[in-house]
Amino acid sequence: MILTASNLSCRRGGRLIFRDISFRVASGSALVVTGDNGAGKSSLIAMIAGLLTPAEGEIALSGDPEQTPGELIGLMAHRDGLKPSLTVQENLSWARNLLGASAMDIDEALLAVGLSHAIAMPVEHLSAGQRRRVSLARLLSCSRPIWLMDEPAGALDQRAIRGLTGLMQRHLAEGGIIVAATHQPLGIDDAQTLHLAPPPVDAGDEEPFWEDDDCEDELLMGYAPARAGQ
Amino acid sequence: MTGALAAILQRDIRLALRQGGGAALGLVFFLLIVTMTPLAIGPDPALLARIGPAMLWLAAVLSILLGLDRLFQADVEDGSLQQMRLSSAPLELVVLAKATAHWLVTGLPLVIAAPVYGLLLALSPVAMLAVTITLLIGTPALVFIGATGAALTSGMRRGGLLLAILSLPLMTPVLIFGVSATMAALDGLTPFRTPILALAALSLFSMVVGCAASAAALRAND
Repeated sequence: MILTASNLSCRRGGRLIFRDISFRVASGSALVVTGDNGAGKSSLIAMIAGLLTPAEGEIALSGDPEQTPGELIGLMAHRDGLKPSLTVQENLSWARNLLGASAMDIDEALLAVGLSHAIAMPVEHLSAGQRRRVSLARLLSCSRPIWLMDEPAGALDQRAIRGLTGLMQRHLAEGGIIVAATHQPLGIDDAQTLHLAPPPVDAGDEEPFWEDDDCEDELLMGYAPARAGQ
Repeated sequence: MTGALAAILQRDIRLALRQGGGAALGLVFFLLIVTMTPLAIGPDPALLARIGPAMLWLAAVLSILLGLDRLFQADVEDGSLQQMRLSSAPLELVVLAKATAHWLVTGLPLVIAAPVYGLLLALSPVAMLAVTITLLIGTPALVFIGATGAALTSGMRRGGLLLAILSLPLMTPVLIFGVSATMAALDGLTPFRTPILALAALSLFSMVVGCAASAAALRAND
């Protein structure tokens, strides 16, 4: 199984976020996506998940443009996708019915993320880091070989990050694919990295209006760089 | 796929019945309108019996509208819509499951409560039966039309007003056919069959169109 993306461009709200992104991730390997805030990491994750249509380019599985990764994807998004008033157990068993159950059951998955004690607790009583771990337990207990992770280490403590790395390594060893967008190093051995940088200004189809000298002073309201003679 | 849809249906019912879920909201609102009507109009049984079916229908439309704004908004906010979009079931059927669950916890209780509330409006037994049957056939149309409005406004913080403005004009034919079918059953002069068939057609039509339109709106939101 090989996940490929060719010449992806992303446009949001009329602005070009990134262009010409290509990568190729095979079973057992990981891609770590880095970049500044707003560089389009989450948009790239959403595109691979099929939730966002690329402005250009395409995403394919095993080189076959007819086959889309859709039903193989497990998503750990920025928003956890957990219902606050349901318990951890209810949330996870819902996800297993929705996405397909893996060989690992809910108890084992919660044990792996260190949350066995919270199984009967409503999610609203969990901290942000604990919700992140429930979200990780969802990836473990659903049968989705391609893990898309948006800031998986966000809100996790140091010990939990080491645990996360271990679980990600194990998923890769079992032949899974991981695409993770992150700010902090996750410590995965030989992962490819993809750095998203904003496209050069001339990459846009149209010149942004604020490049026009005449309106610069009014628009930038003091943020404009000082000019000689002022 | 059936398992995924059953899971969505079951979870939405459970969420609605759990504390803060708002399943009782519509029912209580319905009761408020119905109990206030005789107080506002005066205790004239003949007058109440004449306008009763229309009052019940109006109250039902408003109560259904009341709970609709959170139908998709809550799932968009907490990210569970993204998870549902990754399931093997197409988004149109996800919408069908969610709207059906919504009807079961908000529409069906109104249908069941209608004859009881009809007592407060001095309805005759025939009128009670007629209102109950027309509500049973007509309320699914209200929910599916409202679902489209709810999907369109799911990304907005205060979309409730816009939802009402978008949905009410489309709900008006349902209200008209619902009340005219009830009246036809009462006076015995006009045929009952025609408006009730039109009402059933409206329900089936809005079920199909509403699911497709809501799914398109949810996809466009991202």
